[in-house]
Amino acid sequence: MPINILMPALSPTMEEGTLSKWVKNEGDTVKSGDVIAEIETDKATMEVEAVDEGVIGKLLVAAGTEGVKVNTPIAVLLQDGESADAAAAAPAKAEAPADAEGGKARPATEEPTAKTDATVPAQPKTDVAADPDIPAGTEMVMTTVREALRDAMAEEMRKSDDVFVMGEEVAEYQGAYKITQGLLQEFGARRVIDTPITEHGFAGVGVGAAMTGLRPIVEFMTFNFAMQAIDHIINSAAKTLYMSGGQMGAPIVFRGPSGAAARVGAQHSQCYAAWYSHIPGLKVVMPYTAADAKGLLKAAIQDPNPVIFLENEILYGQSFEVPKLDDFTLPIGKARIHRAGKDATIVSFGIGMTYAVKAAAELEKDGIDVEIIDLRTIRPMDLPAIIESVKKTGRLVTVEEGFPQASVGDYIANQVQRAAFDYLDAPILSVAGKDVPMPYAANLEKLALPNVGEVVQAVKAVCYK
Amino acid sequence: MAPRKSATVSSRKPSAKPAKKDFNGGTIVEFSKDEDLKAYREMLLIRRFEEKAGQLYGMGFIGGFCHLYIGQEAVVVGMQLALKEGDQVITGYRDHGHMLACGMSARGVMAELTGRRGGLSKGKGGSMHMFSKEKHFYGGHGIVGAQVSLGTGLAFANRYRGNDNVSLAYFGDGAANQGQVYESFNMAALWKLPVIYIVENNRYAMGTSVSRASAQTDFSQRGASFGIPGYQVDGMDVRAVKAAADEAVEHCRSGKGPMILEMLTYRYRGHSMSDPAKYRSKDEVQKMRSEHDPIEQVKARILEQGWASEDELKQIDKDVRDIVADSADFAQADPEPDVSELYTDILL
Repeated sequence: MPINILMPALSPTMEEGTLSKWVKNEGDTVKSGDVIAEIETDKATMEVEAVDEGVIGKLLVAAGTEGVKVNTPIAVLLQDGESADAAAAAPAKAEAPADAEGGKARPATEEPTAKTDATVPAQPKTDVAADPDIPAGTEMVMTTVREALRDAMAEEMRKSDDVFVMGEEVAEYQGAYKITQGLLQEFGARRVIDTPITEHGFAGVGVGAAMTGLRPIVEFMTFNFAMQAIDHIINSAAKTLYMSGGQMGAPIVFRGPSGAAARVGAQHSQCYAAWYSHIPGLKVVMPYTAADAKGLLKAAIQDPNPVIFLENEILYGQSFEVPKLDDFTLPIGKARIHRAGKDATIVSFGIGMTYAVKAAAELEKDGIDVEIIDLRTIRPMDLPAIIESVKKTGRLVTVEEGFPQASVGDYIANQVQRAAFDYLDAPILSVAGKDVPMPYAANLEKLALPNVGEVVQAVKAVCYK
Repeated sequence: MAPRKSATVSSRKPSAKPAKKDFNGGTIVEFSKDEDLKAYREMLLIRRFEEKAGQLYGMGFIGGFCHLYIGQEAVVVGMQLALKEGDQVITGYRDHGHMLACGMSARGVMAELTGRRGGLSKGKGGSMHMFSKEKHFYGGHGIVGAQVSLGTGLAFANRYRGNDNVSLAYFGDGAANQGQVYESFNMAALWKLPVIYIVENNRYAMGTSVSRASAQTDFSQRGASFGIPGYQVDGMDVRAVKAAADEAVEHCRSGKGPMILEMLTYRYRGHSMSDPAKYRSKDEVQKMRSEHDPIEQVKARILEQGWASEDELKQIDKDVRDIVADSADFAQADPEPDVSELYTDILL
């Protein structure tokens, strides 16, 4: 049957074009790949190549014709034994059915659009298990966050040979912040790998290894340097599971300190919680206590997804009780009520918790009973825990060290006003870092960070006291 | 600026640098009948597939970006002939040929191009983002150069596991100027990782010719400061590609670290479908097509050797055409993904 050659589109938005020139004439034999015509739009000129073999039976559109609509038949290609007369009589059979069973060819006049007739499905809810019960009588050991993180890695590395740690100074130097202390001695250079200073490259190497099923822990000396690697974190690690239709992903942990340390200036003092929490396909964890650091890092290493594990340099040396258990793992995605209260809710995470805890103690003196929720995981966020608390207290203050615009607190405020508007007795206030690059001078740095006084004031404000 | 000799594919004889005595870089080892027939069929499949993809794009069935591999077929087909089970392949966005050469189904690739549920990524990846765990194909990456670090990671995993598999990281002359390529070279050489870096030098990074973008246009030498051996290969001659691949694979498998193969090749089509092609002359394209076409070279050899008759080759053409037509029919008839797929495959 004769084949109609159609006016092609040069781009998804092209509607029509000029058939500027015929390169083949009626009666010419064409093979696949032969140029048969040239078409042009205001943006480009393109050659039309034959896909099928045959003889040009008839040219339907004259050279020089302007405004030829996309998908209009422009020529008829004859197969062996067919005549041009037959072609003239042939029904206009397009190469592709215009309304194939499974879907329609996109009309060239239509811009790509996210809208469909179908209702957008609701985002599925995921249930996260509660923290495991700690058996009565379990010994609690005072442990620094630093040791807790090291213990978590060591335990998981003992469990599986697929787990290894790589980064700058993680091996011989024992970790720039001594988080990997002793790991080289126990696990050797094959599994504790010093990398060159090459964040973009080793993040990519880690993701590539993870795509084969290994479980790398990639340490960034600080997350400030991970900006050089953020393409691999987001485009290679977070999106691959989706782009592969679930075939392969990247079970990898990116960890290291995030946020301000002390007097290290603008380029070394930024909190990345809000940045990474923006990305579907990532989990983002930011623990405060040593127990959470240990339990959540173990969970992160076991997790089949890419996990951003944000630590804090100031917290590394602080000690907390950690239960002495063989395999203490905590659920990612579950907030914890750090302190129960009835008058107002403070939601915070990571180092922000230090301000919240001190503020609560001060507020208690003034007779304000604050509930503190430690988010622990920024993504997926335990919004039900926050909403439940707000429904009880009617007042909410968020506390974080990151910049104020598009902050984690902003997202929480948006979600809470949607879900618990009628329960709110005051506007939601957020306490965040100031909207400035971190200054070096001691007095200015202090001003740029949130402080306990600001949290106290914010809570009093929402309590109208 | 006159084009450097090394950047032209001027003859069938490869211009491999005899940098190392133990490497025969571009020596042409004559193919057996089976090899030539296999190469012919595989290259033809890619060509016909891409022509059909171009047509479906023109008809609006394929959206977004669509980068065709026409002209470069000998590179991936020749490399693939040297691999064994478990060896991994990763490339950039001009990836349809690599997937077909890896044995991924024409239906799966074409249906992904049309965004249908039977596509390799369920329609959620598109032309530039397809993967196959089964065929050890790790994408399909839309960020120029990203696949070089990832491919180095695949090699890292092989070495970590202590197997003797190698990974092939393909990238173009454009990607070769990305910083992470050199970060990867450094680590691969430092840790002696079994990775073959294949620079598909098709002379144009989108519309920018090699000489306008690269201070050092001999890409085989780009690993010199890391001590990575590199060779230029006539990427239009599948025999030269295979010979180079055999040696590079052996080099990597035996624990000697990475190697760079610069494939001198050419893309006949534009960078993507909406390429006005103002940056090169039609004569240049025509000359390459008529004098160096990788498929015509093999075809001529087969006929000359009497390994197959014109009719037998026509039968191969027909078989290939049938596979492509079937994939196109499938890709148009297959339904779009169910809307419930919007929220699947984000997290495990």
